[in-house]
Amino acid sequence: MNQLQEILFQLCQAPGVAGREDGAAQTARQLLSFLPDVTVDTMGSVVAHFGNLESEHHILLDAHLDQIGMLVTSVNENGFVKVARDGGMDRRVLPGSRVVVYGKETLNGIVCCLPPHLTDGGEDKVPDITEMAVDVGLSKEEADALIQPGDVVLLPGEPRRLLGSRVTGAALDDRAGCAALIRCAHLLQDESLPCKVTLLLSTREEVGSQGAETAAFREKPDLAIAVDVSFAEQPGVPAHKCGKLSEGPMIGISPVLDKPITDTLQRLAKEQDIPYQLEVMGGRTGTNADEINTTRSGIRCGLVSIPQRNMHTPAEICDLSDIENVARLLAAFIREVGTSWQI
Amino acid sequence: MADLKLLERLCTAQGISGDEGAVREMILEEITPYAESVTVTPLGNIIAEKKGAQRAKTRLLLNAHMDEVGMIVTSITKEGLLRFTPVGGIDRRILPGKSVMVAGSIPGVIGAKPIHLLEGDEREKAPSLDSLTIDIGALSQEEAEKLVSPGDSVTFVSLFDTAHGMIRSRAIDDRAGCAILIDLMKKELPYDCTFVFAVQEEVGLRGSKTAAFAAKPEAAIVVESTTAADIAGVDPDKQVCRVGKGPVLSFMDRATIYDRPYFQLAQKLAKENEIPCQVKEAVAGGNDAGAIHVSRGGVRTAAISLACRYLHAPVGMISQEDFHHAEALVEKLAMAIAGGEAE
Repeated sequence: MNQLQEILFQLCQAPGVAGREDGAAQTARQLLSFLPDVTVDTMGSVVAHFGNLESEHHILLDAHLDQIGMLVTSVNENGFVKVARDGGMDRRVLPGSRVVVYGKETLNGIVCCLPPHLTDGGEDKVPDITEMAVDVGLSKEEADALIQPGDVVLLPGEPRRLLGSRVTGAALDDRAGCAALIRCAHLLQDESLPCKVTLLLSTREEVGSQGAETAAFREKPDLAIAVDVSFAEQPGVPAHKCGKLSEGPMIGISPVLDKPITDTLQRLAKEQDIPYQLEVMGGRTGTNADEINTTRSGIRCGLVSIPQRNMHTPAEICDLSDIENVARLLAAFIREVGTSWQI
Repeated sequence: MADLKLLERLCTAQGISGDEGAVREMILEEITPYAESVTVTPLGNIIAEKKGAQRAKTRLLLNAHMDEVGMIVTSITKEGLLRFTPVGGIDRRILPGKSVMVAGSIPGVIGAKPIHLLEGDEREKAPSLDSLTIDIGALSQEEAEKLVSPGDSVTFVSLFDTAHGMIRSRAIDDRAGCAILIDLMKKELPYDCTFVFAVQEEVGLRGSKTAAFAAKPEAAIVVESTTAADIAGVDPDKQVCRVGKGPVLSFMDRATIYDRPYFQLAQKLAKENEIPCQVKEAVAGGNDAGAIHVSRGGVRTAAISLACRYLHAPVGMISQEDFHHAEALVEKLAMAIAGGEAE
């Protein structure tokens, strides 16, 4: 568990907003350096192969590398930085938040908010992001010299261990999935696998899954499993729409997912004593599985999710044991299906 | 020059109202060698008598408060989440998604419902205080109760950053005032003075009320932080005061009408000594002066404040130059008053 935490925290600390994943990609490459060939493709996705590279049977595992954040749109006449959302940032968490602006220097900033002394406290409305600004404490001239439109702005949310094996941090969606894939490769490292496995850490999921769409096209797998995070029970959220934190991988069931893959994942979880939960969706899953599934003439696709609280805030929470169990489940799937190829 | 290292130590210490012990210990250690006598009052204030070259013509008290705003745990839910209430004026709109420390050392986060599951106008509305909880990763009440009890203190996780001439930190209100007074105590002063480091300012000026009674001063200077609203989206005539324009002098706020001759004396001294200063352009907020100026038969009182943005949020911002200039002006005004000027 400590090794997994180390992998996860390193991934969470590397910046990688959608479309600008290079920091996270660099960290992921280092963490995957035990595999023979690790490359970064045209769209910035990290791709590694293992198993029997000559095999005609090919499984792709996907998790997305990008995180939500913001981009600088302009610096106003007083040196305040205007921003736009990159991915589904929740504006309710922004006022008064510490942010990091990745300009020519890394700058600590604060999202402007008025103190309670000057408001009556009754104002419920959270302003639109176009009305917000980031204060980096610089004059117009100083800010212009260090910051330009397109620079990345992130909410830091340093990864921290909570009680038990729970962890919190800003980019757990979906660095938790990336960690599960890296951990799965560790588990299979010394085994001779008859099939070819592609490990894909894809870019731009938060803005439309362009990384997974293009990489799946190029890699041409026969089967794919996407790993993402999904909702865990928390206050204010209807329990029937959620899984539970710490109760194991959530195996996705949906018309767009491949039924034999879903069934096999459930059976293997039972056989291997891996706790699991089911997540039933009526159609699109809101993950890379939706895009991988319709690549080329169609790729059979499954989905496994890691339960998470407070999604798309700097206070995301996951359980290391759920991540480890996802890695074990994927490893069991590759061992069995990769050998028998009966699915 | 005021001491930035000292300020960093003070700002990093945790001490919400009523739980100022760690800050008090730090201050006692700093000042004891320089004080003629040091008393800790029943509520926890420090009263330190500092010997000058001669007896003061007007008995002067200098006051800064040790406590900061924060939160306090009120109960633990059966799911293991912590209910809390603010201690001091915290705007509930800045709470969702923030990282906190509970009981000094237990990491937690203030949860927020995932943006994907928000309905109707929830996306643009700040959640009600009653709906917010702190998540420490406990899965049950029992697990949380092993580490946390109702009444435990909660503070924001923050940083201390001095890049580009600013200071970005938690608890600048009023550790900056404490740092200035500590620095003054370490100097050779022409006149005797009484220094008070007060508790419980943020919950109703309770420390200073009792300390002023005990110290029986004729005059007082309160060294504080005050709201600077010179931020994006605020009209210039509503900005109150501005970061980088020097220490702030108050003529009136919601708790005090300040002594007019002292207010004028402070402006005269600033001019003579080429110390930039500004006047607070609003009757807003309040500080320990509210309790001190009505102590016993009345105390002539002045306030010198640092212009601080994002007061009562996890990260406030002041200018280093303002910090140094505030110390210089406090010293000039203190010695002028103690020397009998404007009697």
